[in-house]
Amino acid sequence: MLLKQIEQFLRTLGRPLVKFLISLGQLTLFIIKSIYHAVMPPFYIKNFFGQVLDIGFYSLPVVGLTTVFAGMVIALQTYSGFSSIGAEKAVANVVLISVTRELAPVLSALMVAGRIGAAMAAEIGTMKVTEQIDALITLSTNPFKYLFAPRLWAGLLVLPVLVLFGDVIGIFGGYVVGVYKLGFNPANYINATIENLEAVGIISGLTKAAVFGFIIALMGCYNGYKSKGGAQGVGEATTNAVVSASILILIFNYIITEIFFAR
Amino acid sequence: MENDIKISIKDLHKSFGRKKVLDGVNLDIKKGESLVVIGGSGTGKSVLIKCIQGLLMPDFGSIQIDGQETIGKTQNLHLKMGMLFQGGALFDSLSVWENVAFSLLENKHTPRNEAKVEAVRVLRQVGLAPDVADLYPSELSGGMQKRVGLARAIITNPEIIFFDEPTTGLDPIMSDVINDLIIESAKGLGATTLTITHDMASARKIADRIAMLYQGKIIWQGTVKEMDKTDNPYVLQFIKGSAKGPIKVEI
Ligand SMILES: Nc1ncnc2c1ncn2[C@@H]1O[C@H](COP(=O)(O)OP(=O)(O)OP(=O)(O)O)[C@@H](O)[C@H]1O
Ligand SMILES: [Mg+2]
Repeated sequence: MLLKQIEQFLRTLGRPLVKFLISLGQLTLFIIKSIYHAVMPPFYIKNFFGQVLDIGFYSLPVVGLTTVFAGMVIALQTYSGFSSIGAEKAVANVVLISVTRELAPVLSALMVAGRIGAAMAAEIGTMKVTEQIDALITLSTNPFKYLFAPRLWAGLLVLPVLVLFGDVIGIFGGYVVGVYKLGFNPANYINATIENLEAVGIISGLTKAAVFGFIIALMGCYNGYKSKGGAQGVGEATTNAVVSASILILIFNYIITEIFFAR
Repeated sequence: MENDIKISIKDLHKSFGRKKVLDGVNLDIKKGESLVVIGGSGTGKSVLIKCIQGLLMPDFGSIQIDGQETIGKTQNLHLKMGMLFQGGALFDSLSVWENVAFSLLENKHTPRNEAKVEAVRVLRQVGLAPDVADLYPSELSGGMQKRVGLARAIITNPEIIFFDEPTTGLDPIMSDVINDLIIESAKGLGATTLTITHDMASARKIADRIAMLYQGKIIWQGTVKEMDKTDNPYVLQFIKGSAKGPIKVEI
C-alpha cells in the first residue's frame, strides 16, 4: 500500500525529471555543436552583418528609451532617499553605478530578448517546419554555420555595444533629472560622475552584455530549431525562447555580479 | 552488373516512437534510371527519401551510394544530389533567383551576376519568366514555388535527383511540362532520379521502373508494362484508385 504510493510518487516525479534531463542533454549538445561550428570555417560574413543590423541598429531606439527612463527614475529615487546635504554627489554616483553595473545591461538584454529572441525563434522555427533547414542541408550547407553561428556571434558582439550606448543614455537621463528637476549644478554633476567612473563597473556591465547577447541568440536558435508541428509549434518556440532567455539572463546576472564583486 | 547500381537500400527500418514507418525496405536504383515510388498517403515515402539523404537517421539497415555506405557519413554526400521538396521549402528570406542559384553562390562562389544569368536560364527551363527572378517566394503561387524548387534542384546538374510529389498542385498542362523536365534531367543529363508521386499519369510517363511502398515494405516493383499486367491486388487497387480492396484506409 505504502510501497505503491511511493512508486506512484516516484513515477510522477520521474517522468518530468527524465524529460528535463533529456532536454538538458539536448541543449548541451546543441551548445557544443554551435560553438564548434561558430569557430570553424566557412564563415557566412554577409549573414553576420545582416544580424548585426537586426540585433544592433534596430534595437537602438528600444535600448535608448529603456535606459534613459531608468537613469531618470534612479536619480529621482536617490534624491528622495537622501538628505539634501551632499545629494548632488550621491545622485550622480548612484546613477552611474546602477546604470552601468545593472540597469543598462539587464534592462537592455530583457528588451532585446523580447524583440530579437522571439524573432529568431519564429524565423528559425518556420524554417524548420517548412523544411527549409532540410533544404539547406541538401544544398550542402550546414545550418549551424549558415544560420546559428552568425546569430551567436552577432549576439555576443553587438549587445556590449548596445549596452555602452545605454550606459551613456542612462547617465544622461540621470543628468537631465538632476539638473532640470532637482536643480543641481551641471558642472558639479558631471564632475561627480567622472570622479566616480570606475573600470570594473563598466567592464562587468559589458561582460554581462556579451553573455546575455549569447544567451538571447542561443535560446532563439535552439527553441526555433527544435520546434515542430506547424504554426502552433513555432508559436510555442517563440514564447519559450523569450521566457528561457529572460530567466537565464537574470540567473547569469547574479552569477557574473558574484564573480566581479563578491569578496 | 554490380557497378550499374547507383543506390542500394537494404533492410531499412525507421520508426517514430512506437510507430513503425519503414519496416525492411529493399530497393536498388540503377545508374541513369528513373524510379518512381508510389504508395498511399503517410506510408513513409518522404521518410524514405529523407533517410537516403541523411536528413533522418534510420534505425537499422544499409544505404549504399556508388557502393559506399552512407548512413552516418553525410559529408560531401549532398554535392551529388538535388532535391525537390514536397512543400517547395524555398528560403523565404531570399529572392527567387538567389534560391535557385543558392548552390552556385554559397558552394561554388560564382560571382553574383553570373549566378543570376544561370538562374534565369534554368527558371526559363521550368517555364518561369525572367521577371519572376527578383520576386520573393511568398509572392508566388504554389505551382510556381514548386517550379522554383525544381530549378534549384537541377541547376547544379546533380548525379542523383529526388522529386517529392513534383506534380501535386499543378494543372495538367504544367504537370506534363514538369514530367518532360524530369525525363530530360534523367535522360539528357544522365542523372539517376527517384520520384515520389500519387499521379499515375505522371508515373507512367516518367518511370523506367515503379515500386510500390505499403506498410513499410516495397511490395511490388516492375516496369510500367509489367504494372499493367500485374494481378497484385494492392497495385491494382492503387492504380484504379478504388476504396475497395486489400488496402484499408483508416478513417
Ligand atoms: N519527423 C517525424 N516525426 C514523427 N513522425 C514522422 C516524422 N516524419 C514523418 N513521420 C510519420 O511518418 C509517417 C510517414 O510520413 P511521410 O511523410 O513519409 O508520408 P508520405 O508517404 O510521404 O505521405 P504523403 O504522400 O502524404 O506525403 C507519417 O505517419 C508521419 O506521421
Ligand atoms: Mg510525402
